Amino acid sequence: MKLRERQWIIGGIFVLITFIYLGRLVQMQLFAYEWKAYAARLTQESETLEPARGLIRDRNGNILVNNKAGYDIWFTPRKCTAAGGLDTLDLAELIEMTPESLARAFRRAEDYATYRPSRIRKQLTAETYAQISGEIWRFPGIEVRRRSIRTSPLGLASHLIGEFREVDRNDLESNQGYRLGDYKGKSGLELQWESTLRGKQGTRHHIVDIRNDFREPAQAGRLDTLPIPGDDIQLTLDLELQAYGERIMANKRGAIVAIEPATGEVLAMISAPSYGTDLLTGRDRGANYDSLLNHPSKPLFNRTLRATYRPGSIFKMIQGLIAMDRGVLHPSNRIACNRDIIGCHGPHTFDNLEEAIVHSCNPYFHEVMKRMIQDGATGSIFSDAHQNLGTWSESVRNFGLGTDLGGHFPALRSGSVPDTADYDRMYGRKRWAYSTIYSISIGEGELLTTPMHMANLAATLANRGHYITPHAVQGSEGTERIESGIDSQHFHSVIRAMSTVVTANDGTGRKAATPDLTVCGKTGTVQNPNGNHSVFIAFAPADNPQIALSVYVENAGSGGDWAAPIASLMIEKYLHQEVTQNAKEQRILQATYPFPEQPL
Amino acid sequence: MRRTAPISQRIDWLTASFVLALMLIGLFNVASATADASTIEWFDFSGKLGKQLLWVGASLILAFLLLVIEGEFFIRTSIIHYTLNVLLLIAVLVVGKRIGGAKSWFSIGSIGIQPSEFAKTGTSLMLAWILSRNQDRFNQWESLFKAVAIVSLPAALVLLQPDAGTVLVFTGLILVFYREGLSGNVLIAVLCALLITIATILSGASTIQYPGGFESTGAWILWVILISIGIFLWATVPEWTVPRRRKRTRRTVLFSFAATIILSVGLQFGLEEVLRPHQRDRIHVLFGIDVGNPDADYNIRHAKAAISSGGFAGKGFLKGPMTAYGFVPEQETDFIFCTIAEEWGLIGTSATVLFFTLLLLRILTLAERQRSDFTRIYAYAVASILFMHYAINVGMVLGLAPVIGIPLPFISAGGSSLTGFTMLVFILLRLDAERFTVLR
Repeated sequence: MKLRERQWIIGGIFVLITFIYLGRLVQMQLFAYEWKAYAARLTQESETLEPARGLIRDRNGNILVNNKAGYDIWFTPRKCTAAGGLDTLDLAELIEMTPESLARAFRRAEDYATYRPSRIRKQLTAETYAQISGEIWRFPGIEVRRRSIRTSPLGLASHLIGEFREVDRNDLESNQGYRLGDYKGKSGLELQWESTLRGKQGTRHHIVDIRNDFREPAQAGRLDTLPIPGDDIQLTLDLELQAYGERIMANKRGAIVAIEPATGEVLAMISAPSYGTDLLTGRDRGANYDSLLNHPSKPLFNRTLRATYRPGSIFKMIQGLIAMDRGVLHPSNRIACNRDIIGCHGPHTFDNLEEAIVHSCNPYFHEVMKRMIQDGATGSIFSDAHQNLGTWSESVRNFGLGTDLGGHFPALRSGSVPDTADYDRMYGRKRWAYSTIYSISIGEGELLTTPMHMANLAATLANRGHYITPHAVQGSEGTERIESGIDSQHFHSVIRAMSTVVTANDGTGRKAATPDLTVCGKTGTVQNPNGNHSVFIAFAPADNPQIALSVYVENAGSGGDWAAPIASLMIEKYLHQEVTQNAKEQRILQATYPFPEQPL
Repeated sequence: MRRTAPISQRIDWLTASFVLALMLIGLFNVASATADASTIEWFDFSGKLGKQLLWVGASLILAFLLLVIEGEFFIRTSIIHYTLNVLLLIAVLVVGKRIGGAKSWFSIGSIGIQPSEFAKTGTSLMLAWILSRNQDRFNQWESLFKAVAIVSLPAALVLLQPDAGTVLVFTGLILVFYREGLSGNVLIAVLCALLITIATILSGASTIQYPGGFESTGAWILWVILISIGIFLWATVPEWTVPRRRKRTRRTVLFSFAATIILSVGLQFGLEEVLRPHQRDRIHVLFGIDVGNPDADYNIRHAKAAISSGGFAGKGFLKGPMTAYGFVPEQETDFIFCTIAEEWGLIGTSATVLFFTLLLLRILTLAERQRSDFTRIYAYAVASILFMHYAINVGMVLGLAPVIGIPLPFISAGGSSLTGFTMLVFILLRLDAERFTVLR
């Protein structure tokens, strides 16, 4: 080959390289989608725009739960290193962290991503932010982002409202569109009405620079969406009544549930002791939660829905009603107070139904239930009980006891109304008779109910035979009228008795007497080794009931002493807006747990 | 064309216009790469763009001056030119400013001057001078030795800076040797040696785990493969030749094989035993090997992403976010091709690549139409140097070559490289313009 011809070899090398490069360019620029996606990831950042969460108002439109600004501190490691680092001691002091925990937060941020911001401090208050906002620019890589957090300035009905806090792993995996760092309702109404309150997040897409700073809208903002605010919910609660109830139940253990009988709307739900809602939404949630959890009075425990107690004497009214409806009892029937069968109290000896309710006569209702359970139809006391208990339980359940009351309160425990099957399990099939189970005749034994169930019972009595499924949010779907199955004529004598309980000089519930109002009520004293629970259910006014309620005061003694006056104050507060019974009020306000030993 | 035609008519305007086109591409992309949020400061002469604009102006004046100087001047001052460049390369090692780990710059006020960019012209002139004086070319060892020495001296000085990229550019002058008579086998041998070097470094850096729990460097695998190929070739290749040549062929195969193994084993030994770990890391990084630093391949990943995101038509002038917001490092200099790719897409990149190829092929045409050996050799040197810059720079950003920082001729920002390349090409154009007037 002549040397001159070597120009073709050399030119060939030039052209070959160019062809390789052109091929590579075609591949990279037209087909390398993973690199295009990588470029998009690097240069685009989407910003979530939080919708305003729906507010929670009471039945009169007063705001119970609101939103306020919280300020989170975010840290981007690369921005910091690019600017030559920062004074960590100084920063730790400014944002109220220990140098150690700040160092830990920095390490976590480094591990997550050097060019993405990580949150190192949550929910500084507006006041703190105002103090540090002038200084924060001194720290490269540190920025403050505003987020909306929940606040309930009144701190009322915390158990009902529930918690609003950061999502956890389960929420992230639930496919409901939650992302790390989002907040959601975790319990109570916040959880139950999450989809209504939540609204819809908006997104803004940005082009970012190498330090992840926003520079311009991506695609001129065509992909951006605005947040859609969540809807407000209006509760059936009356905030003034709720506030008053929480005030008088302070320093006690117990519960009050008040219901508007005509509608099933819950007017107040007080679980004592309570806590401020904001204790569990703020930055100190962890510490607050621990101290609440470990408090001996168990303030986190929602007694209105979760505490189960034996119904006690109050149950006797149900016994009487069922027996009358079955035709085995007439209100005029008198039964001897035979205290050999079962203990009793008071000077009575031979009561009719009304008197038996007023005196809470145990032998009377022992006999009443015996007529229903041990009717002699089969000739065997075992077969009788086995046959009859089922229908009896069914009748009791018609009053809502042992049921979920329509399911408007997911946290509600249904309690227990024992059934044939339950006793078969306990004693063996047909190995139990009325004599085995008679303690349920006076509301003891295996019966368990919650304050909500008992308030609902008060509403059922007030309505003379039916209740509307209780609910706390207006416009709740699926509220329905439930019949007790008892003819309304049978309620007259029972309600008359309830009125006598309050008005009679020797009535157990006379402390429930309220000026200018006819209150119908029934005391209950639930046996407890640490001091009996004081229980009272009531409704008022008698003819046109506006409020029905149950009051529980744990370990306080007899129902008439503490629960009855509390019921009276609540009724007066709701129906007259003003409490005039100052002495009664003072006595209740001054009472604190533990109550002095009461004579039985 | 008449000998007496004015110089302006004798200049190869085609070459000049390719160069001008590349300079314009460069200016616009440097403008974009240095723009802050879409604001172009053309006339802020303290900024990178303003300086580049000044340098383009200076280069055009320089080009004009070079075109009016007699070609004979360049030829006769070749030795002076070369000597001056070598002295500057020595000086920079003494008084130079260390930037990015290499002592490559003289710092004069706000201007940095990189003597290695000018050394390419001096070396090319000197090489043309020596080779055109020796009629035997590469038939004698002496002339080969001289030629290699001329290139090696500045290359060695540049290696001391150290600036591996420019050294690599000097090795491209082997194309000149080849055109001037060096055996093609040498070209192939050098290519093979290069491949074996790369293969040894790459395989030597990997660790292979064998079943049974013991591990070794991947270089052993390479050696097993090389030995297998050697035995196979030794056994079969002589059969392909006529019988009387078989003995010689067998000897050649054996020699090549021995050289290959010595090179590979020696290199591996040197890397593992002689170099200190940080020096080895530096070589590994050069070849894109992960040395345990997550940011080591950061540049090239961002470069690839920027190129890819350009697509067919690009994002448009000043509209590439990776360029605008600092994702690509050194984007106005060594990585300027990324800006072209992101903002002008495949259209822009293929146009740029084609301009380079046409320029290179045009220079080959110029070379081959010379009656003067000096001009032809010089032209080949110019083509080789431009080719090496183009091939390494574009190959690097495309992820086909190791990350070696050398500028893209006429496009990358930087006064030394721009004026250096202008000198290189316009001296050639002046010499070419005189191709009818003189017989050298």
